[in-house]
Amino acid sequence: MNSALRNDYRPDEATIARLRDRAQFVRLETIRLIEIAKVGHYTSVFSAAEIFAALYYDVMRLSDDPKWADRDRFLMGKGHAAVGLFPILADLGYLSADLLNGYTRLGNPLGDHPDMRKVAGVDFSSGSIGHALSNGLGMALAGRMQGRSFTTFVMLGDGEMQEGQVWEAALGAAHHKLSRLVAIIDRNGYQLDGAVDDVMGIEPLDEKWRAFGWDVHVVDGHDIGELTAALRRAKADESRTRPCCIIARTVKGKGVGYMETEPGWHLGYLDPSDAEAARAEILSKVI
Amino acid sequence: MSHALQRPQSPNSWHYRELNQKNPGLDHLSNGLISLVEAGHPIMAGSADLQYSNGLNRFAARYPDRYIGFGISEQNMVSAAAGIATTGMMPYVATFASFLGLLTCEQIRMDVAYCALPVRLIGHHTGISMGFYGTSHHATEDIGTMRSIADLTIVSPADGPQLEAAIRASVDHDRPIYFRTGRGREPDLYDPKADFVFGKAIEHARGEELTIIACGLPVHPAVQVAKRLNAAGRSVGVIDMATVKPIDRDAVLEAASRSKLLMTIEEHNILGGLGAAVAEVLADEGVGKRLIRHGIRDEYALIAPPTHLYAHYKLDEKGIEELVLKAIG
Repeated sequence: MNSALRNDYRPDEATIARLRDRAQFVRLETIRLIEIAKVGHYTSVFSAAEIFAALYYDVMRLSDDPKWADRDRFLMGKGHAAVGLFPILADLGYLSADLLNGYTRLGNPLGDHPDMRKVAGVDFSSGSIGHALSNGLGMALAGRMQGRSFTTFVMLGDGEMQEGQVWEAALGAAHHKLSRLVAIIDRNGYQLDGAVDDVMGIEPLDEKWRAFGWDVHVVDGHDIGELTAALRRAKADESRTRPCCIIARTVKGKGVGYMETEPGWHLGYLDPSDAEAARAEILSKVI
Repeated sequence: MSHALQRPQSPNSWHYRELNQKNPGLDHLSNGLISLVEAGHPIMAGSADLQYSNGLNRFAARYPDRYIGFGISEQNMVSAAAGIATTGMMPYVATFASFLGLLTCEQIRMDVAYCALPVRLIGHHTGISMGFYGTSHHATEDIGTMRSIADLTIVSPADGPQLEAAIRASVDHDRPIYFRTGRGREPDLYDPKADFVFGKAIEHARGEELTIIACGLPVHPAVQVAKRLNAAGRSVGVIDMATVKPIDRDAVLEAASRSKLLMTIEEHNILGGLGAAVAEVLADEGVGKRLIRHGIRDEYALIAPPTHLYAHYKLDEKGIEELVLKAIG
């Protein structure tokens, strides 16, 4: 049965409001946790805040049991944005909120990168960029072999496109017709050494993924309605025989003005007064 | 059935005969995996464009839905195997040891060993068994790289039957495993139905003059040499250290207490491999025993047909006997 959602599907206003609130929660918690760590990846989370919110609060099939065999999976190629994931996992009840208060401190399982052995709700560990799409490919292969219907979502950084293994996985997923594998590229335009297109250009990105045999959709990654609709359509389309790639056009540091214009904020630490100003700006905006 | 599975060609073709008759040892890989599926284990197998080299084509023909061809993408294969293992399935993925142990080293570390997933990695055609294919295809560093990865078990079978026994035993082993196996032409020493015990060395002979500690291909010639010398009144022991990690420390210490000399033999660089592992045990325990480390002496091997190389590097019976006699006088 083809249960695909219509192309003009949009979530209702109440859902959009709820997801906006959760994306704001992700940004605020990121600031709070990095205050504890004294250094962290603010802007990598801010570009992906709507992606986190859409997946965990609307699109993914989850249960109270983070090990439920039929759950949808979420993997992060850009594992350095895990500081944005941990508050969600606590919010969903997978890990104690107290752990967040000791983020990165000695003995705490929550670090800069997600660790599946230590943190309930993390579907795969990451940190070495370029592995995650292959990990997700394996999950999708095994899920199909087991007759399970879960979807595997893999969020990739745009700088990550420079890793050769990504393209090995892209070839493999298309060849094996892994229709329940969805790659989400956080196309925020920056990597450590500068603008992605200056460091090692990756465009035309959509044409590359199409040429590799994927179903490709380009969306505004901060328009929570458009993004959520694209993700829901990707998940619901049971007639599709290709893996799906959603290129989310985003802004690195989205939500905090001075970070949006300064790529140096990839890794950093806010003074208390700057953190307060960032919080106020996030709370005052509708993204 | 995919196009690829219809190859290689006819049973009369050179390729088919070469791979299915001359490498009987590697048949044991598929045999072991097929028996595990028959016993109800959730086995998957995969290879990176080498199913005819490692014999997994037989597994693929038998269970096409359980075989994944990854193409020439070794890193993708290892990371995908880790993803597969998170779902409760047990993936066995195979490629040349030179690629598995070096090219995918970081994927093995991060996705398999650190994540403690039940992935079984099979590096075949190890050591210098690829002969004149050259250094790119020689694996004389893989024990060294794999040994430095925490929580990874390393097994170096001496022949196909021992590989099969270890594969069958591996379903009950709770850690990721790196199998380092030959090219399938090693003479049979073991029974595939024998029990394989991870971490337990296999003693073939006891000797007071010298004990050989070997793994992989050199085990068989070492056993033959010891038999011959002992029949002539000498006293040479042989231990098969099939599990290189965790090493059987007791077996090393027992050999050190019994024999005047120890000699490790491996188809690997003498740095970082079995010889190094044995030396570490002796040093840790304060045993001041002379250890002769025999193998590839921190160099890139010459190219030649494998048997010529084994003769040149004294890894065959004649060479091993010569070295042993020189050592014991």
